[in-house]
Amino acid sequence: MSVLVYTESEKGNFKKNAFEVASYAAAVAAEMGTTVTAVTINAQADETLGEYGVNKVLKVENDALSPFNAKAFAQVLSAAAAQEGAKVIVLSSSADTKYMAPLLAASLGAGYVPNVVEKPSSTAPFTVKRTAFSNKAFAQTQILADVKLIGVSNNAFGTVAQPTKVAIAPFEVALEEDSFSTKSTEIDKVVGKATIADADIVVSGGRGLKGPENWHMVEDLADVLGAATACSKPVSDLGWRPHGEHVGQTGKPVASNLYIAIGISGAIQHLAGVSSSKTKVVINTDPEAPFFKAADYGIVGDAFEIVPQLTEKLREFKAQNS
Amino acid sequence: MKILVCISNVPDTTSKINFTENNTQFDTNGVQFVINPNDEFGLTRAMWFKEKQGATVHVATVGQAQVEPTMRKALAIGADEAIRVDAEPTDGFFVAEQLAAVVKNGGYDLVIAGRESIDYNGGMVPGIMASLLDMNFVNTCIGLEIEGDQAKAVREIDGGKETLATHLPLIVGGQKGLVEESDLRIPNMRGIMMARKKSLNVVEPVSAEQSTKDVTFEKPAPKGPVKLVDDVDELINLLHKEAKAI
Ligand SMILES: Cc1cc2nc3c(=O)[nH]c(=O)nc-3n(C[C@H](O)[C@H](O)[C@H](O)COP(=O)(O)OP(=O)(O)OC[C@H]3O[C@@H](n4cnc5c(N)ncnc54)[C@H](O)[C@@H]3O)c2cc1C
Ligand SMILES: Nc1ncnc2c1ncn2[C@@H]1O[C@H](COP(=O)(O)O)[C@@H](O)[C@H]1O
Repeated sequence: MSVLVYTESEKGNFKKNAFEVASYAAAVAAEMGTTVTAVTINAQADETLGEYGVNKVLKVENDALSPFNAKAFAQVLSAAAAQEGAKVIVLSSSADTKYMAPLLAASLGAGYVPNVVEKPSSTAPFTVKRTAFSNKAFAQTQILADVKLIGVSNNAFGTVAQPTKVAIAPFEVALEEDSFSTKSTEIDKVVGKATIADADIVVSGGRGLKGPENWHMVEDLADVLGAATACSKPVSDLGWRPHGEHVGQTGKPVASNLYIAIGISGAIQHLAGVSSSKTKVVINTDPEAPFFKAADYGIVGDAFEIVPQLTEKLREFKAQNS
Repeated sequence: MKILVCISNVPDTTSKINFTENNTQFDTNGVQFVINPNDEFGLTRAMWFKEKQGATVHVATVGQAQVEPTMRKALAIGADEAIRVDAEPTDGFFVAEQLAAVVKNGGYDLVIAGRESIDYNGGMVPGIMASLLDMNFVNTCIGLEIEGDQAKAVREIDGGKETLATHLPLIVGGQKGLVEESDLRIPNMRGIMMARKKSLNVVEPVSAEQSTKDVTFEKPAPKGPVKLVDDVDELINLLHKEAKAI
């Protein structure tokens, strides 16, 4: 009956969201008076999960499960849920997990609620708060099915240290050829750079930057901050930046600690996608730009002057404060 | 090749979101409804398969009679036939069960749905359908090519993209990238006239359980006013000391 949590890793290392979902699972388990079991797949250092309240790890080691495969991973988690008799399963909001989650939900007949932003407001009836209408609202959603599958939004709950003694048990699942009927043939991924999904800071540029040749300003600022880069929709439609960087209602949601918007007007579709970011800064020449109504801090001015200054001063600041 | 495009009828992206009946119902007053943007990219890719590879394209929705204008628009863009499952789309599981029944009856080779609807944001209908029907599934699909029964799909991953090899029958959760913004079509007069003659079949729902239920809604707390600063030193200071963001 323990709460099951899938703690994701990449090349053996836990992703940041792994500790966040573990912390979330620990909070739910405390509420329900039960323990937390994590499932890891080809991860190292499973014992670190004990720092976030995990009591037991079902450790899967299987070369066939690298790289990620949604169907096969769903089968592993489904088997783990059955073995543990889990009624509550906690997942992250990564692209891989969001790919797998509906497959898992169907195989368990579970009620799946993604984009959850707080610990359950009630466990009987089981009710969670999630974003709806693309971040323009929240819903309190009741899960009617017996098995509850919760997708926790990035950065919504945070990590909570809670040192716990953790037992690690190997877990094997027999997978058939058919589980791999969709096969990865190529992965094209920027390495060593923060991604929009897991970055603490996101620096984003809009049409106010005039053209792709000016993006070095955005990149330099992002480098100094260890931030991911993003852009408004027209910027990606114009081909100035790759589609993967488009944020907003019809692009990626951003839930970083800090979001810096440069030369972005703040259209309703853009704001919807970035509203979950904790602190928002806007740099825009037009004091009437709608983004100023949604931001915490703003500078009215020309990005071409301000951004290089900001980058320089931040470099000095970082040198002094590190 | 027989393609089904699943269409969710959603409030236009510029809509202000409000609720009525003690915050339990979405207030549709003054709201324009459109084809879910992710579904429109999928429909446009389906039109490409129709024109270049001779595919037949049907569109399906789960919804009540008021969604028909959206389905007529899909027909005007060029779909051959529309199907409406006459039921209130209560949650992702229920909708997936309805659409799975449509897929089974129609014998489709390829089902294109959206990565997510912009109102419910479940991100689950295509995946649940794939699991119910035991069809291959690719989510956040940004590229799709089909030769015979072999498919090459590209999906967006965090920080990049992944190419996948799979085969029909296949379900994708699509988004921008399947086609570009500039490929989207505005129905012309001829399309609109022709759409009137195309069939829009209404079918009864199959029995299915609802697995989740939205009880109440709320809007984000209003934001305090922005702090305008004059120079970058002050900004850095505030971000460090006040916001604790750097
Ligand atoms: C169906 C639909 C879905 C959409 N989804 C999204 C979405 O998901 N995400 C999204 O971003 N948009 C989306 N949009 C588009 C949205 O409506 C806006 O058109 C878009 O966000 C505007 O992008 P922008 O702010 O970069 O450009 P603009 O609106 O052109 O704004 C440029 C800004 O730069 C400022 N500026 C100019 N020069 C300078 C300078 N030198 N220094 C500083 N500032 C300067 C200007 O004052 C202006 O405010 C969608 C639209 C539709 C119809
Ligand atoms: N009521 C519906 N009718 C038809 N298709 C739907 C409906 N709801 C969702 N879908 C499809 O499923 C996708 C994902 O929706 P969701 O799981 O609600 O985020 C949408 O983009 C549509 O393609």
